Order: sequence, then C-alpha cells, then structure tokens
Amino acid sequence: MRFTTSTMDLMPLQASQPFDPSKYRYTGPNVQPRQLPNTRSQAPITTGTSVIGLQFDGGVMIAADKLGSYGSLARYQNIGRLMRVNDHVILGCTGDYADFQFLRDIIDQKMIDEECLDDGIVTRAPALHCWLTRVLYNRRSRFDPLWTTFVVGGLDDDGKPFLGFVDKLGTAYTAPQIVSGMGGHLATPLLREKMDGQPPLSEAAARELLIRCMTVCYYRDCRAFSKFQIATLKAGSIKIEDDLEVKGDWEVAHFSKEHA
Amino acid sequence: MFRNQYDNDVTVWSPQGRLHQVEYAMEAVKQGAATVGLKCRTHAVLVALKRASSELSAHQKKIMPIDGHVGVSIAGLTADARILSRWMRTECLNAQYAHDRPLPVSRLISDLGNKMQVCTQRDGSRPYGVGLLVAGYDESGPHIYQTCPSANYFDCKAMAIGARSQSARTYLEKHLAEFPDCTWQEIVTHALLALRDTLPNDMDLTTKNCTVAVVGKGMEFTIHEDEEVAPFLAKLEGIQRRGGHGAAPAAEPAPLRDEPAPEEREPRPDSPQTMEH
Amino acid sequence: MSSIGTGYDLSASQFSPDGRVFQVEYAQKAVENSGTVIGLRGKDGVVFAVEKIITSKLFEQSTNKRIFTVDRHVGLAVAGLIADARALAETARTEASNYRADYSAPIPVRHLADRLGMYLHAYTLYSFVRPFGCSVMMAAYGEDGPELFMADPSGVHFGYYGCSIGKARQSAKTEIEKLKTSELTCAELIKEAAKIIYVIHDEVKDKEFELELSWVGEHTGGRHQLVPKDVHEAAERYAKAALEEDSDSDEAM
Repeated sequence: MRFTTSTMDLMPLQASQPFDPSKYRYTGPNVQPRQLPNTRSQAPITTGTSVIGLQFDGGVMIAADKLGSYGSLARYQNIGRLMRVNDHVILGCTGDYADFQFLRDIIDQKMIDEECLDDGIVTRAPALHCWLTRVLYNRRSRFDPLWTTFVVGGLDDDGKPFLGFVDKLGTAYTAPQIVSGMGGHLATPLLREKMDGQPPLSEAAARELLIRCMTVCYYRDCRAFSKFQIATLKAGSIKIEDDLEVKGDWEVAHFSKEHA
Repeated sequence: MFRNQYDNDVTVWSPQGRLHQVEYAMEAVKQGAATVGLKCRTHAVLVALKRASSELSAHQKKIMPIDGHVGVSIAGLTADARILSRWMRTECLNAQYAHDRPLPVSRLISDLGNKMQVCTQRDGSRPYGVGLLVAGYDESGPHIYQTCPSANYFDCKAMAIGARSQSARTYLEKHLAEFPDCTWQEIVTHALLALRDTLPNDMDLTTKNCTVAVVGKGMEFTIHEDEEVAPFLAKLEGIQRRGGHGAAPAAEPAPLRDEPAPEEREPRPDSPQTMEH
Repeated sequence: MSSIGTGYDLSASQFSPDGRVFQVEYAQKAVENSGTVIGLRGKDGVVFAVEKIITSKLFEQSTNKRIFTVDRHVGLAVAGLIADARALAETARTEASNYRADYSAPIPVRHLADRLGMYLHAYTLYSFVRPFGCSVMMAAYGEDGPELFMADPSGVHFGYYGCSIGKARQSAKTEIEKLKTSELTCAELIKEAAKIIYVIHDEVKDKEFELELSWVGEHTGGRHQLVPKDVHEAAERYAKAALEEDSDSDEAM
C-alpha cells in the first residue's frame, strides 16, 4: 500500500543500527514517480498529421483533422487532436497519438491541481509552452523522445495573441502562424502570403484562410483527412467546432465513374 | 512556561491537545530581533532590526533575497532560516525555468508550510526554529506572509514578529486603514515607526542596526543597508516616539491552535502573534 | 479529562491498562480546541460551514482557509491543527491524482475517505510519529447521490447525514438533529448551516470570526466550490436575522 511506505521507511529495524539522518530529510511530495519505459521510442505508431494555427485580431485559431494513421492505413477516423487546456490555452498535436494522450492526461492533472488551489492565478499559453518545451527537451536528452509536435495557442499576460511551437527535439519558437507536420511545407507559404506585413486578420478572414489551408493539405498530404476541427480562443471564450469537412473539388476526376 | 513530561519529543501530544516542542520552537522566534512587514496596493516592504553579537562584529543580516519578486526577513535561528531560504530559492528557480514566469508567492508559501510540517510530526528532527516574514509581488499583487515553526502560515495585511514585537503590531493595527493608499516610501516610514516602537527607550534606529527592503510593481526585491537606510530614517525625524518599551516582556506561552486552551491559562485577547489556527 | 493516562500516554505505540491509546485521545483534544465545522448532506448535494476564528486584525481575510478542494468534485473541510490539515489535504490530492492516473476516472469520495482514514490510522501505530491533530470531512455529489464522510485522528471514518467537529460540536449536533437534512435542498441547507454556525459561536471567548461556506451538488454539476458571494451574503443575513429572532423571543432556553 502506497501510504505506508513513508512511515515504514523510518521504522528502526534494530536498536543497534546506526541512526541515518538522511532518511529523515524531506524528500518531496509523497508521490511515486511514474516509471518511464526503458524501451526508447524510435518510431511513432498511430500518428496525426498537420496542425495549423494562426493569430487573428483578438485571438488565435488552430485547426487539425481527425485522422489517426497507422502507417499508411487511415485507421482511426474520428479522433480529436485539439485540446482545451483551460480557459486560456488551447493546443493541437502532431505525431504519435499515444504520446499525445499521455501528455494530455498530465496536462489535465496539472490543470486540476491549479483549479484546486483556486488562487486566481492561471496558467497561460506562454507558461504552458515553456513547460512543454522543458518536458520535451528533457525526454529528447534521455534518448527517449515523446514523438510529438505541439502548437500551443492563447493570449499572453498582456492580452495579446500568442502562438508557440514545440517539437520532439524541444525546438521551440513563437510566430504569428505555426504549422506542424506535412502542412508546414504546404500551408506555411499560404499563411505567410496573406499575413506578412498586413494588419491583423479579422476572425472571419482567419477562419476562411484556415479552411483554405486545410483544403490544400487534404489535396496534397497523403496522410490527411477531410473531417477536421477548429478551435478558436478569444478573450473570455473558447470554442471548438467539431464537425467540419473539407469540400473537395474533384472536377478533374471526370475520367472516374464516381465523379463523372 | 513550565516543564512537563510531554515536552521532550515533538511526537508527543499533551493531555490538553498541545505540542509543547512546537510551542518551544515558537519561543525561538520571540528571541530574535524584531522585524516588520507591510504592504500598500503596489508594493510590499520589510524592515528589520539587526543585532550585533559584540561591538567588534558586524550586525547579523536579517533580510534575504529569494528571487527577483520575493524576499524574507527572519526572526529566530539564523541557520534554520538559511536552509529554508535555500529551499525557497531552488523552488523559485525551478518554477521560473519551467514556466517562464515568477512562482506565485502563495504557492511558494503553501509548499513551504507542507515542508515544515513534516518535521513537526516525526522523530529524528526538530521543528524549524525560525519565523519568516515573506514579502513578495506577483500577478495577484503585493503579499506579506508570516510563517511559524508550527508550519502554519498567515496571509497578512501587515505583521511584526520577534522580540517586543507586540508594540509594533499595536502600531500597525492602529494605522491599518491608511496603508493601502500609501506610496511605498510612506509605507517604509510606517514600518520604521512600528519598528522603533519595539526598541527600549534608550535605543534608536540607526543606519547600522536596521535594514529596509522593498518589492513591488516594476521594482525587484531591493535591500537597503547601512548608508542607503539614512534617507528613510531621515523621514522619521520629528515624529514623536510612542511610549516605547521599558523592561523586557514576560515570556508569552504560544499555543498552536485557534485560541488558547481555556483550562490552563487566563485568556489572552491581544496576543495574536501566539495564536495558531 | 476525567482519567489521566500517566505513564502510559507518552507514545502512540502504547496501550494504557484500560485498553486506551491516550496519544490518540490527546490528538482528538486538539481538534476540540478548534473552530467548529459542520457538514450537512441534503437531497441534492452537501454543504459545509466553517467557523473560522480570526485572531488578529492584521491578517488578510483569505488567510487560513479551512475548506479545500480535492480534484474537482470533492470538498474537504478541516478542524484542528491547520498545518497538519494542509499536509493531509495534499495527501488527499495526491491520492485523487493517482486514482485518476490508474483508472481515468475521478476518485469516488468513499474510496478517498477510506484511504485518508487509513492514512490517519497509520500515524497512530508507531512511536516515532505522532497522530495527526485534525479531523477531516469529505463530501461529493455523484452517481450515488450526495455523500458526506468524516475521518478523525484515530483513523475512524463514517458516512454521515449531518456531522460536526470542533469546539461547539455538541451544540451544533443538537441543532443539526432538529433539521431533516435529507429533505432539504442545498439552497435551503446553506442558510441553515450558516444559522447553526452563528448560533453556536461563542461571542465571549472568540470575538471575531469569518463564516466559510461551500457546497457540492447537482446544481454545481458535481463540482465542489465556495458558494458565490450573493449566496454567502444571503445566508449570513438569514443567520443573523434568525439569531435576532431567537434573542428577542421570550422562550427560556
């Protein structure tokens, strides 16, 4: 039973044993650290593809499709890769889905602990982004990476939109538009073209741009899927839309019976 | 305070439900030189009286910085205070590194309380014999916390601990309503006036025996010693001393819980310092 | 204390000749010296009310809160040594976190009560630690409806419809027995709880006190929270008004 370990440790086995003061020092909270696996992750198994995020005037928006690929098999077609962390942070995850679930549970517990404190201080996007960076870099440094790339979005301490990227190596940066996965090659140029040197997009324009990027990714990324989610965060509200679908234009497929 | 058979170990409850070892540890705080903490809406301030063990030695440092946004003033066993400060510094450092923001003071203090509680419950170690006044500033504003060897801690509007600190607390209670609207310089003046009240009539605050520290909005925890204290002391000139303190006080027993155990001593309505909850 | 345990009361690992463990009883005495806490289990939730005695004007109002939240759905209210109580709350939170990691579900409150009870009990078995000097009440609202448990320093824990701990627990118990708690909703119980605290509060010995109120129930979606400000103020008004009525009336007590 877990709770007896601390008192049993202190029980003197024999009166004649020398007193060991190091046993009596405060060692930290009475929590057993979760044993990390000894096998090293070298390849992800069930994976999610791109996550696309951009800032708009007053908030951030992140989109990701709902596919879990098992190699080249489109195996799980209804999984959410976006997460509402708390009232102030949203994130999306590319890469191994099991690693995402693992971190999701840990982040959830972190948020429960914070809610219990009820001290008015909340974790905002920059803090969570920094913490994730430390975690992922630490794992990489032990040659046991969490094979995931995160896009973290929210408002910073001054209320300005914040978007951060962290990958499995612990590489981290912030930018007005962040895309992880294959979409990094496909969607980033489209986002930059519309956003660089321009005033901030309106929410509606941002949404349109995001959907266009998701469409391009669906056409060109072999591991993408038509169903996707969009999470929008503004001051005081978070919305996750769950049942969006890319409307493809398959006019070119006139040679195929289904699309004739 | 009388000796009894229940006061040898911290693992022994007395028949009245008291822990005498912990209460004795709180006596150590009362032996330390006085220190006062105050806050206004934007800043938190600590002032402390330094003692010199002899004329040849320097005065014992009383205020320790912990991080850019928090610092402590100690009363009691200095060695214990150093251990706690070191722990607090590590916690602040780790939190800053992990989250890229200063550790909220309330969280630091509640972890400190849980750490201090461990050695009040088992054999092999003794309670920490030091009381801290913690001044900090974070996103929820300025804070003054008081910690006790009993592992209890209090979120305070203002507080004074140490030898003869009751006079300082009386001053603070009297002027409590004024503090929120003061500037930080005015708060320092109030703190020094409260501190001065703890001195015997023949002593006064000098640049050698007092320290001032301030933290707040846009201001990192800054300690002013020696000559830097002079401008603050100059503001006290002309303000009459309030009675001051004559003889040394009688020892005050220190119960641990909400209020004194009714059976074995007369009620003490005005010694909040000694109360535990 | 009618009986003294001289000679057999210095360690928790020793029985007295009449079969008592005096150290545990002394620890329970520490709880009796603390401000009163009551828990009321109603039709659709559970309500806590705490008499938090204020010993100095210099303290902030928020200092030394006696009600904690464990995970999202369990409320913990404590009486006794607050340092011990905080350590226990931390243990409870760890238990809930471990349960969630193992079972992907929030910890059922009766399971938490078991775990905390046994944890408290473990500290009554050995001479090299002392028993905790605090009693804890735990409450939640879930699939099994509202549940309220209380564990004391000996580790004994039971489920309750209404429970009181602290200095005025006998008077509070009398007041609680006048109510039919299982028929009242949280909205009604919160006012009654506030009233009981005001009634049993000893004006002479402890002048200042703050009333802490919290609830968990159907109306909070099973989440434990301190009651909203307007509810708190209404409950205090009700309590004060009821007190006025009682003192005005001519009934002999």
